[in-house]
Amino acid sequence: MNPLELADAAPGPAFAVTLDGRELAALPGQTVGAALWAAGVTSWRTTRGESRPRGIFCGIGVCFDCLVTVNDRPNQRACLVPLRPGDAIRTQEGTGHEL
Amino acid sequence: MVGAACALYAARAGLSVVVMDRGPVAGGTTGAGEGNLLVSDKEPGPELELALLSNHLWVDLAAEPGLGAAIEYEPKGGVVVASAPEGLAALERFAAEQRTAGVEAVAVAAHQLPDLEPYLTPGLAGGVHYPQDAQVMPTLAAAHLVRASGARLLTGRTVSEVLRTPDGAVRGVRTDRGDIHTPAVVNAAGTWGGELAALAGVTLPVLPRRGFVLVTEPLPPLVRHKVYAADYVADVASDSAALQTSPVVEGTAAGPVLIGASRERVGFDRSFSLPVVRALAAGATRLFPFLERVRAMRTYVGFRPYMPDHLPAIGPDPRVPGLFHACGHEGAGIGLATGTGQLIAQVLGGRTPDLDLAPFRPDRFDGAGANEFSRETP
Repeated sequence: MNPLELADAAPGPAFAVTLDGRELAALPGQTVGAALWAAGVTSWRTTRGESRPRGIFCGIGVCFDCLVTVNDRPNQRACLVPLRPGDAIRTQEGTGHEL
Repeated sequence: MVGAACALYAARAGLSVVVMDRGPVAGGTTGAGEGNLLVSDKEPGPELELALLSNHLWVDLAAEPGLGAAIEYEPKGGVVVASAPEGLAALERFAAEQRTAGVEAVAVAAHQLPDLEPYLTPGLAGGVHYPQDAQVMPTLAAAHLVRASGARLLTGRTVSEVLRTPDGAVRGVRTDRGDIHTPAVVNAAGTWGGELAALAGVTLPVLPRRGFVLVTEPLPPLVRHKVYAADYVADVASDSAALQTSPVVEGTAAGPVLIGASRERVGFDRSFSLPVVRALAAGATRLFPFLERVRAMRTYVGFRPYMPDHLPAIGPDPRVPGLFHACGHEGAGIGLATGTGQLIAQVLGGRTPDLDLAPFRPDRFDGAGANEFSRETP
């Protein structure tokens, strides 16, 4: 069953964002993490020590596991950042900083 | 940390040791520090001698198989910088005195600073490089030293009484879970050392001096040394209760950059202070402009065990036979822990300590003026 029906949700029209340049659809109010999950993406960062895959763990902003780069700003928590049309999400390796 | 080091050196001297903590390992000041092993911020005198002794002992410990990596020991060196010529002149005079006491201190001209720290702000007057300064991860260091000691570790146990014989000598401690009998008790209760001393009927004026540390998101290694501004030394030595902040910036093995250092005497107030943390961030950004674009993830707060003359209490308490003190190291307890542990082990074993303990006598505040230290008012 469509989860929107389960929650009796009637969001506004979807808009486009990108993940590493690939276009994805997002709904108004969706976080980066929610949109990535809805698109079947469950991992978007690698750890800085051993390059292990990471995605949502706690989902509520506490654990800092789901860090991601959005609009060139690294280390944002995917579970908290709401998406806006045209946002550029990039998978993140290590600290996300090159400097 | 100091207790862990006392346990290690006492056990290695052949003593049977029980480590007791009312909280977990490193649940007090140890877990709220940055893990500084500094000689750079100390003027010639007993504290610097203790720092140099401790520094050698840390080097030895870090060379033991597996231990150096386990405690994240990094002999990274310190760089103290001055923003103006007057400050640099004072810093260089300070360094010249330290050199006579055995500290390695290398003058760094302004144009050489980028070789040491490429991301430092341009336009500084110059600095001094202290290769002996080092760093450990303090919680890991305390835990691994206790483990290496083989001592019996009892956490979550509160000492409620120091048991004494009819003639006044220590015969053990009473805890919330039974008595422990021993002829020697080492008070390594840090900022709470005064309370433990009071249980033995003596005054030890240990006062809390609060500090915040600001933690950034993990970064690649951009800050190579322990970097701080020359006015930090003056702040450490100050007796003021009012807020002081001077930037101290260091990277960590895990990636986050730690930003200190604030000092204020406000009792055991743990409440968050935005003005303090703002001042820390501003100070650090002045030294390293790139930090402006870096996010701070969190802060932590702790209480340095401050003594009125900025020296710890180390050694036997002449007022209570069998009671030894190893506390009151203020913000330097991680660094000074090894030397303190070694000295305590030596006096516990009836040997002559490597350093003269007279400046660290626990009863040095008795008599005139002692009362003014016995209560801290915010």
